[in-house]
This record gives sequence, C-alpha cells and structure tokens, in this order.
Amino acid sequence: MLYRENGQFKSSYRADQQIFPILQDRIAILLLLGFAFVVVPLVASNYLLTAILIPFLILSLAALGLNILVGYCGQISLGTGAFMAVGAYAAYNFQVRIEGMPLVASLLLGGLASTVVGVLFGMPSLRIKGLYLAVATLAAQFFVDWACLRLKWVTNDSSSGSVSVAGLSVFGLPIESPAQKYLFALVFLAVFALLAKNLVRGAIGREWMAIRDMDVAAAVIGIRPVYAKLTAFAVSSFIVGVAGGLWGFVHLGSWEPAAFNIDRSFQLLFMVIIGGLGSIMGSFFGAAFIVVLPIVLDNMPYWFGIPIDTALASHLTFMVFGGLIVFFLIVEPHGLARMWSTAKEKLRLWPFPH
Amino acid sequence: MAFFLETLFGGLMAGMLYSLIALGFVLIYKASGVFNFAQGAMVLFAALAMARFYEWIPKWLGFDNKILANVLAFAGALLMMIAAAWVIERLVLRKLVNQEHITLLMATLGIAYFLDGFGQTLFGSEIYKIDVGLPKEPMFLLGNVFEGGLLVNKEDLYAAAISAVLVVLLALFFQKTSTGRALRAVADDHQAAQSIGIPLGRIWIIVWSVAGFVALVAGVIWGSKIGVQFSLSLVALKALPVVILGGLTSVPGAIIGGLIIGVGEKLSEIYIGPMFGGGIEIWFAYVLALLFLLVRPQGLFGEKIIDRV
Repeated sequence: MLYRENGQFKSSYRADQQIFPILQDRIAILLLLGFAFVVVPLVASNYLLTAILIPFLILSLAALGLNILVGYCGQISLGTGAFMAVGAYAAYNFQVRIEGMPLVASLLLGGLASTVVGVLFGMPSLRIKGLYLAVATLAAQFFVDWACLRLKWVTNDSSSGSVSVAGLSVFGLPIESPAQKYLFALVFLAVFALLAKNLVRGAIGREWMAIRDMDVAAAVIGIRPVYAKLTAFAVSSFIVGVAGGLWGFVHLGSWEPAAFNIDRSFQLLFMVIIGGLGSIMGSFFGAAFIVVLPIVLDNMPYWFGIPIDTALASHLTFMVFGGLIVFFLIVEPHGLARMWSTAKEKLRLWPFPH
Repeated sequence: MAFFLETLFGGLMAGMLYSLIALGFVLIYKASGVFNFAQGAMVLFAALAMARFYEWIPKWLGFDNKILANVLAFAGALLMMIAAAWVIERLVLRKLVNQEHITLLMATLGIAYFLDGFGQTLFGSEIYKIDVGLPKEPMFLLGNVFEGGLLVNKEDLYAAAISAVLVVLLALFFQKTSTGRALRAVADDHQAAQSIGIPLGRIWIIVWSVAGFVALVAGVIWGSKIGVQFSLSLVALKALPVVILGGLTSVPGAIIGGLIIGVGEKLSEIYIGPMFGGGIEIWFAYVLALLFLLVRPQGLFGEKIIDRV
C-alpha cells in the first residue's frame, strides 16, 4: 500500500533515468544514509563498531569491486586478496616514504598501484577463459603473497613482512576513535558505491555485461573485448585496492601479508556469490552475511551456556559455515539480492495481490 | 651434472604426487563439470580417517598386526569416502544441477569448509602419522657413472610407482569397463547420456567415490611423507596449476602436467630462486601454467574450447 509508484509520472528523460526512480526508494535511501552517518556513530558501542561495522563497511567495498569484475564482466577472480594487499602495501609505502603525504591521497595512490597490477594480471583474460582463468588468477594471489614476504622494499625493510601505521588524520581531523574510523570508511563506501552504480548503468557497464553474457557475440556487435575486460579489471582492482588500504590502515592498524591471503579471496568471492552476482546491493548483503555469520557462530555456545572447547568450537564453526554456504546456494543460487527484489515485487502489490 | 639429475629426479617424483591429486580434479570435472575445490579437503579427510582407524581398529578388535590394521584402516577410510560421495550427491549435486560453473565451484568450497571442520571434529586435529611401510632410507643410483652416485629417496620412488599403477588402472577402468564407458558418456553430454538410460545420480556417486579413492591414496602417500595435519589440505593448491596446465578434461594431461610442474618447480627453485631471494616454488608453478595457457588456452591436452554465437 505504501510502496507503490502510482501517480509518479516522469516528464523528462532525466527523471526516468535516475538511480532510484521510485519516490519511496529515494526516501528510504536518504533515511538509511542519515541513520548510518548520524545515528550509528552516536549510539553504537565500540565493540559493535570495531568488530562488526567497520569490517562490514570495508569488506562491502571490496565485494563491490569484485562484483564489478565477476558479476558484471563475468571474469572469475580468485586473486582479490592479492589486489587488496597491493593496495594496502602501496598505500603504506606512499604514506611512510613521502613526508607529509595526505592519508586520502596515499589510499587512492594505493588503489592506482593495485589497478596497474590488476590490469597486468588481467591481460591473460583476453586469451584464457572461465575456470582456467579463475585458476590463473591464483598466480596473482601467490605472487603477491610471496612478494610481500620476501621483497624487503615492499615492507620498508621490516623483517617479518608486518607493518603498522599510526597517527592517521584527514584534513587535520584525527582518525583514532572507532566512531571516526567508522565515518571515514563510510564516506569512502558511499562515494564508491555511487560511482560504481553509475558506471554499471552507463555505456561501459553495458559493455561489461555484454562481454559477460557472451563475449563472442559482444565482439561481433562491436564491443572491444580488450577494452571492456581490461577496464573491468582496472576499475575492480582500483576499488579493491582502496578497500585493502582501508582494511590495513583503518581496521587493522598493523598487518602482515597473511591478512590478505587466499582465504580472504575466497571470503570475498563468497560475499559476491551469496549476495548476488551483478548487483551493487548484493555486495552489501553478502558482506553483512559473511561478516556477521562467523561472529554469531563463534558466540552461539556462550549464549546458550554450553561449555565447549575452543578448538572444537572452531571446527564446528567451519562445518556450519560450509553447510550454510551450500544451503544458501541451493535455496537461492542468485543470491540475497534476488530475494530482496522478489520481496520488493511482492510489496508493490501488497496487500491486494490481484 | 649429478646434482642436476638429482634435482630432475626429485622434480619428477614430486610431479607424480601432484598428478595424483590432479587426477581427482580431472575425474570429477570430466564426469560432472564441477571444478571440485574440495579435493584438498577430501585428501585431508581421507588421510585423517586412515590414520585414526589405524590406531582405533586394533584397539576395538584387540589384535596387534600391522598389515591387517593397515588394510582394515584403508578399507574403513574408503568406506568413509564412499559415504561422503553419496551424501554429497544427495544433498548438494542433485540440487544444483544446471547451475553455473561458479555456483558449483562455490558449493564445493562450502563442502571443503565442511569436510575440514567435520574431519577434525571427528578425528581430532593433532598431527598423526601414517605408516604403511614405505621405506624411508635414501638410496644411491648409478654409482659407477657419477662419483658417489645419485641420491634418490626410496619413498618417493615407491610413491611414484603407486601413482603410475593407479593411473593405468584408472585408464583401464575408463576405457574397458561398461561403467567407465557410461562415465565417459556422461562427460560428453549429460542429456544424451540420460536419454539413453544412464542414471546420472549413480554415475556421480561412482565418480565422487573414485575421486575419494584417489584422494585416499594421495592422502596415504602424502601423509606418510609429511604427516597427517591440516596443511595436507593445502597440497591441493599445488595441484591446481597441474590441472589447468594439463587440461581440465584430460587424464594423461594431469600426469604430464604434474611432471612438468614438478620438474619446473624444483629446477626453478634451485637455479632461478636465489636471484629473487628464494621461496618462489609456489607461484612459479602458477606462472608456468599461465605461460603454457597463453599458448594453448585449453591446457596441453584439454578439449579445444569452441565458442559459438
């Protein structure tokens, strides 16, 4: 009854092409943004911010980046963790080696470094396809893991590959407390989500989707596969690299290469698949699911007061996590985003379904 | 020269072990089009089952005979793998028929997580050892040609022999038995196979059981080499470049790919590694596979990928 677009007439192309054509959607998104920017930092506890919300924001940004590559352009990548690592370590180097480098600039430059690496490892995609490409992207993962551990100049001569940053500030404002970190990450996420949404709605996004659906046919109708695939790799690894920088700088503070290992890549791929391939919204759903689920599973025994050995608990967590992944894939192979849109369709007719 | 040959031998032996794991991938991909990321978890699960049954079965039955215990433990572990295959077919594959590759891939990752957790809950998570009587001592070959002879690990030699036998058996099974023919038919075309009356479900159970058997053999060999522990499931990551190098659909590809990767890895570690500060084994295999793929995108022996609009 409330969610209905009757009477909302569009009299210009501009009005017809906006991101949220339905008034209720616009109101909802503004409310949500207001809630996220104003209410959450005021009321959320430090635990909630550091353990759940900040990881959720940063990982949704990374999932967003990966979704552009996998969901929109159809190139499966198992090397996302590597691109995050490149972003984080490059940003670290810019920050440490150049005196007075602004934080935002070094994060963005980290993203650019990740873009270069992403395009480099994306080149084989012009020839190698499908699962072969997926395995080939693991080359990036293992190469970057190795480089961060062994190449001394990457970590500014730290012996174990672990590095740390401190005293972050933006335009004179310190980024110390969880609430400040949260807001910083949120600004990045909001800006990049808007950019990504507009990219995938535009000409380039259509090219990506054409390549995804069938690359030979796309080439026939005049889409350049080289350009489309490499831009997808570039945009995706830029966003993923910035997310990596945020993950290192804002969430971890000090980190080592293991923070971006192959498990991270799998985790991000899970987010994209469970959230919904080819959906910006899905990246958020997937990230929320994958961030919250292990925390819930870890704490489950304590809530019910079941005494349980930590090793056993972690194995059980593994089991349940794996089981739920399979369960979700069976129930809704198109991800949570599809469930969301089905629910919205239902809501439009509610309460008179005929 | 002797050192070079030793490295070469070492590489070939390691390569045989990689191909053993790669075989599991290829079998399942051929028959069901699933890229089975859980192969590593299956190796770990099978090895854990084997190691623990070896301790438990003599205790339950009250005898003390090493060979019998090993045989029974092997049988027990094999039963576990067949049960796992049945459950996977029932609960996962059957529900995901006709989904996209990537969904299936993710589902097998889910299975991998589950098996890792389940195996360690059931069998414990310490380091166990498997002792099937593979000799540990090194031996020297060609002592009259080179001074001091070539140092070859006997265990590796046996392992390579076992893998070779296994490959021949699998090849015979695929070529000569009616089940093998049915498997190949399913691999070629699911629908056509089904329409001439080949039961897909049963074929999948068989394939996953055979892959489980291969995983068990790989687990036993690797387990007696490096001990049964969690890191065993990571061995699969070393077999992935083998699979794509040889071609996802080719059994001989898995073998030859394994040998190429094994030799390439060892030689690169010794002759190129020092230039980069060592430890390049793990990514070198992938880069090597990548270079081969740039020339032949379907792997050395894979079916040619034909795109039609």
